[in-house]
Amino acid sequence: MRRLPRILKAVRRTALQAVPTVIGIVILNFFLLRLTPGDAADVLAGEAGAATVETLSALKAKFGLDLPVLQQLGGYLHNLAHFSLGVSPRYNQPVAALIAARLPNTLSLMGSALALALLLGITLGAIMASFAGRPADRALSVLSLLFYSIPSFWIGLMFIVLFSVKLGWLPSGGAETIGAGLTGWGAFVDRARYQVLPALSLALFYVAIYARLTRGDMLEVKAQDHVRTARAKGLPPLAVTRDHVLRNALIPVTTMAGIHLAGLMGGAVVVETVFSWPGLGRLAYEAVMGRDFHVLLGILLLSSLLVVVVNAAVDILQAWLDPRIEVR
Amino acid sequence: MAALLDVRDLSIAFPRATPVHGLSLTVAAGETVALVGESGSGKSLTALALMRLLPDTARIASGEVLFRGRGGGVSDLARLDDAALRQVRGRDIAMVFQEPMTSLNPVLSVGRQIAEVVRFHEGLSWRAARARAVELLDLVRIPEPRRRVEDYPHELSGGMRQRVMIAIAVACAPRLLIADEPTTALDVTIQAQVLDLLDALRRDFSMGLLLITHDLGVVAEWADRVAVMYAGRKVEEAPFETLFGTPLHPYTRGLLAASPRLDAGQHYSVGALAEIRGSIASAAGERGCAFAPRCAVARTLCRDALPELDAVAPGHLVACPVTTAAIPQEEAHHATPVG
Repeated sequence: MRRLPRILKAVRRTALQAVPTVIGIVILNFFLLRLTPGDAADVLAGEAGAATVETLSALKAKFGLDLPVLQQLGGYLHNLAHFSLGVSPRYNQPVAALIAARLPNTLSLMGSALALALLLGITLGAIMASFAGRPADRALSVLSLLFYSIPSFWIGLMFIVLFSVKLGWLPSGGAETIGAGLTGWGAFVDRARYQVLPALSLALFYVAIYARLTRGDMLEVKAQDHVRTARAKGLPPLAVTRDHVLRNALIPVTTMAGIHLAGLMGGAVVVETVFSWPGLGRLAYEAVMGRDFHVLLGILLLSSLLVVVVNAAVDILQAWLDPRIEVR
Repeated sequence: MAALLDVRDLSIAFPRATPVHGLSLTVAAGETVALVGESGSGKSLTALALMRLLPDTARIASGEVLFRGRGGGVSDLARLDDAALRQVRGRDIAMVFQEPMTSLNPVLSVGRQIAEVVRFHEGLSWRAARARAVELLDLVRIPEPRRRVEDYPHELSGGMRQRVMIAIAVACAPRLLIADEPTTALDVTIQAQVLDLLDALRRDFSMGLLLITHDLGVVAEWADRVAVMYAGRKVEEAPFETLFGTPLHPYTRGLLAASPRLDAGQHYSVGALAEIRGSIASAAGERGCAFAPRCAVARTLCRDALPELDAVAPGHLVACPVTTAAIPQEEAHHATPVG
């Protein structure tokens, strides 16, 4: 309770620090993207097949792509200052609307993947630590090595082959049954069914990491004096593991999970493509292919904000898990 | 009087070594017994073995740990099943460890750590257990217990933490308290306070207290009876007056001679402290008396056969044929072992 004011202070400070960071990221990304050959007008004209030089320059003029680079940057920053992410030439829609349509899907995919990874990883790690050196531990070690080394797109494809094609248990792509018109609980179950395979494919790599990390940390904590104290109190093994070993072992795992959340977004691009998941990852991929820089910049801006927010959340979570860490 | 704790012929083994051999020891209710020895003598392992808290690689190779429970029934802790053992741990027998810095869980408040032991053993709610934690902090003389109960171990000093450890230990009013070097990690000025506290609690709860230490000053002030260990064996046991007055085993004599004395006006610049030559490692692989390689009075027979523990006077046991032979025969003859 007495930590609450400190946490609020930390949140305010993080928010203030985020502003220059994010502006720097925007400017850097803007110039990086200019290094790629071609722009949205070139791609549109190319796809049309029969574009003349006049149509091309008309397109460029319409999207402001004929202006000097610095002027384009100025325009973009001007838009940002008015909380506008600009307009996508390709979709002819505001970027904010495009992102808002895709964001919930990606967030729910990332969230469920991370939750799955933590749940499975910590459980497996706890089991491995409890049976350290015995057959159960060896078998799970091999399994986690497999999870670690198999690329997510391949495991996604194999999941589709097994669970969608052979067994027919789960859908192979998309985010919901189109035209089913479900509401309430039915809609939730429907969406959950579509989410299982992509979330699992995305999670398995992290399951392996958290399992190894939890196992190592738990074995280390188990050897500490305070665990012997807990056993001397007569506490049953489950209470010793849960309240004394796991609680201490989780601190490094949360650090890693915070770092991974940003990485999950990168992984989501691949998995979303495999499962035709209508999320930000696929939007970003399409934006790259279409040289749709406004969309890409918007997504990059959003992900940098996400990283800032997650880092702050991890700091607060750690201060809650470990009272020795001060939230400053 | 039947003993509260009666350890018979206890041996502790690791895969490649047997650090404790055939140790016997008794503790009566309300009695303070000191187990004395240098590092590596096996005294801490003995303490852990009594509650079956040995490291995974070690095991009780033989012997019995007979403990008289609350109902008067005697059980062998060395063979008790895990569930029954958990009922004894923390409730009937409690332990205070050497390192208060690391013996408390760093991520839980001290109140939570005290509360969980009464919650488990007495089935109290968290609320009631928390209230008990405040009472217990007050009992171990921590000022402002109501505020301190929310503190985390890193917010307390070493002496305070050891008090919290003691509060955890006496939370269920145990019949036996094992204190493994409870003051070694503490400041000298705090040591006496903590030992006074342990002694007061022993009287209030009429607990047996097994005090494990290498500090003879601690023994002299607080112990009723002393057992001296060397290389995993008990070499001498006596009431504390006897041990300090007429020590018989050469090792005990060496230990007492090596203690600094204030009265003689001794200072290292005036007269060097006596030392026992060699180290405990020289006991490895010894067939006879483990102390023989360091002993000034050792004879050939010492190196060949393990000396037996003989009762030279009531309650005074010594494992040294050389020094016991020097006392008049009839005195040794009439003596009978106690316990």
